[in-house]
Amino acid sequence: MKTTYREALRQALHDALASDPRVFLMGEDVGRYGGSYAVSKGFFDEFGPERIRDTPLSELAFVGAGIGAALGGMRPIVEVMTVNFSLLALDQIVNTAALYRHMSGGQFSVPVVIRMATGAGRQLAAQHSHSLENWYAHVPGLTVLAPATVDDARGMLAPALADPDPVVIFEHALLYNFEGELSEDWRSVDIRSAKVLRPGRDVTLVAYGGTVWKALDAAEKLAGEGVDAEVVDLRVLRPLDDATLMASVRRTRRVVVVDEGWRTGSLAGEIMARIMEQAFYDLDAPVARVCSEEVPMPYAKHLEEAALPQPAKIVAAAKRLLGKD
Amino acid sequence: MIEFKLPSLGAEMDEGTLLEWKVKPGDPVRKGDVVAVVDTSKSAIDVEIWDEGTIYELVLGLHETVPVGTVMARLLEPGETPEHAEEEKRKRAAETAAAPAAPAPAVAPAVAAAAAAPGAATEARVRISPAARKRAAELGIAPAQVAGTGPDGTITREDIERAAATKAPPKDRWSEMRRAIAAAMARSKREIPHYYLATDIPLAVASRWLAERNEHRSVTERVLLAVPLLKAVARALVRYPEFNGHFRDGAFVPGAGIHLGVAISLRQGGLIAPAIRDVDALRIDELMHRLADLVARARALTLRSSEMTDATITVTNLGDQGVELVQGVIYPPQVALVGFGKVTARPWVEDGKVVAMPVVTASLAADHRASDGHRGALLLGEIARLLQDPRSLDDATH
Repeated sequence: MKTTYREALRQALHDALASDPRVFLMGEDVGRYGGSYAVSKGFFDEFGPERIRDTPLSELAFVGAGIGAALGGMRPIVEVMTVNFSLLALDQIVNTAALYRHMSGGQFSVPVVIRMATGAGRQLAAQHSHSLENWYAHVPGLTVLAPATVDDARGMLAPALADPDPVVIFEHALLYNFEGELSEDWRSVDIRSAKVLRPGRDVTLVAYGGTVWKALDAAEKLAGEGVDAEVVDLRVLRPLDDATLMASVRRTRRVVVVDEGWRTGSLAGEIMARIMEQAFYDLDAPVARVCSEEVPMPYAKHLEEAALPQPAKIVAAAKRLLGKD
Repeated sequence: MIEFKLPSLGAEMDEGTLLEWKVKPGDPVRKGDVVAVVDTSKSAIDVEIWDEGTIYELVLGLHETVPVGTVMARLLEPGETPEHAEEEKRKRAAETAAAPAAPAPAVAPAVAAAAAAPGAATEARVRISPAARKRAAELGIAPAQVAGTGPDGTITREDIERAAATKAPPKDRWSEMRRAIAAAMARSKREIPHYYLATDIPLAVASRWLAERNEHRSVTERVLLAVPLLKAVARALVRYPEFNGHFRDGAFVPGAGIHLGVAISLRQGGLIAPAIRDVDALRIDELMHRLADLVARARALTLRSSEMTDATITVTNLGDQGVELVQGVIYPPQVALVGFGKVTARPWVEDGKVVAMPVVTASLAADHRASDGHRGALLLGEIARLLQDPRSLDDATH
């Protein structure tokens, strides 16, 4: 069945709200407006203001309220409009949600799910185009997810809600309108493993979130030039699924990591380090990465495109590893 | 500085292939230590060193084939500094360059000493990926000879696998050995004026003595008849030393000891004649032990270099194959070969009566340049005489 990423998310939320009275949705414009990205459209009328709660523009306050509700036995889903604004709630997420189990000596867990849009590509300029997944993936105590497919958009919420600890879900803003084939696999989606989306022999393209489709596009272009690329969708940014990643590295012996974050201190850097640690002797070339340019994201369309990872850059990096540049 | 060169491991050997280094830079070595395994046409040989010092650098890379006499490694003499060695190296290189006639094998240092000047070895480093390096080791490919197709000419795993697929088929050891034997035997028949003698030796006493000795022993401890035969040859050579040694540069050079080369046929074909040293001084049990060990190692192709070069005479025993008389071809530069045939019961006149007697025909092929038939006859007679008093053969000294 064909569906959009937005619709897949909507159905997942609907399932959760309909099946568990402890679940409620909270965030800016999620109620009467139907969600900044229209994911919760119609929920306000269906589930009422108690369970679909519009909040003031204070990320610190409403993320904190969500954590409190989780501590009190609820299963809150907190929508932070975008990762850009989540910086205001960092203290709640990093110092409270991620650490409460530890600080309470295991007495309390925080079963909150925090959703947020991420990424650039829509000419929203420097302050509204961040890709800061790595900030959260850095923190022990959090599970960090990056659904890129309609299956994952549909299937990741239920296991995230079932997790007794805080889960952060990143939805790339460019993906909401993306249409894909929803397979029956969504029912068995887990939040621990990476996935090979396209098998190949010559080079592994590792990507997550919005860059997954750029990697798949690049793989298609590479195929036209006789290069058989494998695409690994990380899916879970913390904890990283080393086993799937290394198995792919051992097959292809060459890796390009694609990451919309800035290069320095990026998740791409962490993945490269792990490959060095675990699969050095299986490499035929240094691990390469395609990240965003280290500049504030430009507003102008052509400059924004130039600053972001693009299929052409991925293709060039892969060919360089194969000595075909 | 000491240069360790590829030794000749037999008359027919003119080149060898390094299979393995048993030492690394910084290792101290002493006379007799095995430092490398070298593949010759006949077998893989553990090569021993005859100097004392510390390994400074390994010059020869794995799987390189070089002529005899090529420098394989350099050693620091006791007390020598790396600086001094470097200076020596430069001096020798200059000398070599000054003498254009000298064919200096151009071999780049494969492994430089850790103590060597920092950065000196980096130029020779092969650009190869970690995966390719691992695969090359698995497949026994020398990366230096592989062209890289990766970024900046880096050798990739596929390059190694391609090289392995197109590599010349592994040496056919049988044909190599055939060639080696052909060379040595042709040289023997071309250069050595052979003469041949033979005599029948009654073995009733020796057989009885051996049977009594073996009666209460387990199978593995039993002594074979070949052992008293070898011992008798060695003991007889003490009295007739002109059969024990080498003919070099137009003159006979007596052997420093009595080291019997024992001809051993190999299961896969061909033969090899490694030496047992100082057989005249070995007691019977010890000689049996050495013989068994030598045969096992010869068939497993794990002989030591000294065993390949030390023999001063060869003894061959074809009795197991049923022949009664061996007319041998001398293995140059040796000057004699003693052969034994099959022990058979033959009619034998003893005290005026014909009896059935176990008899072996002993033969001698000798180099007429080094000895004459008269002395050869005496040698065979001495072997026959010694075998009539087998107990005396077990003496540790003579």
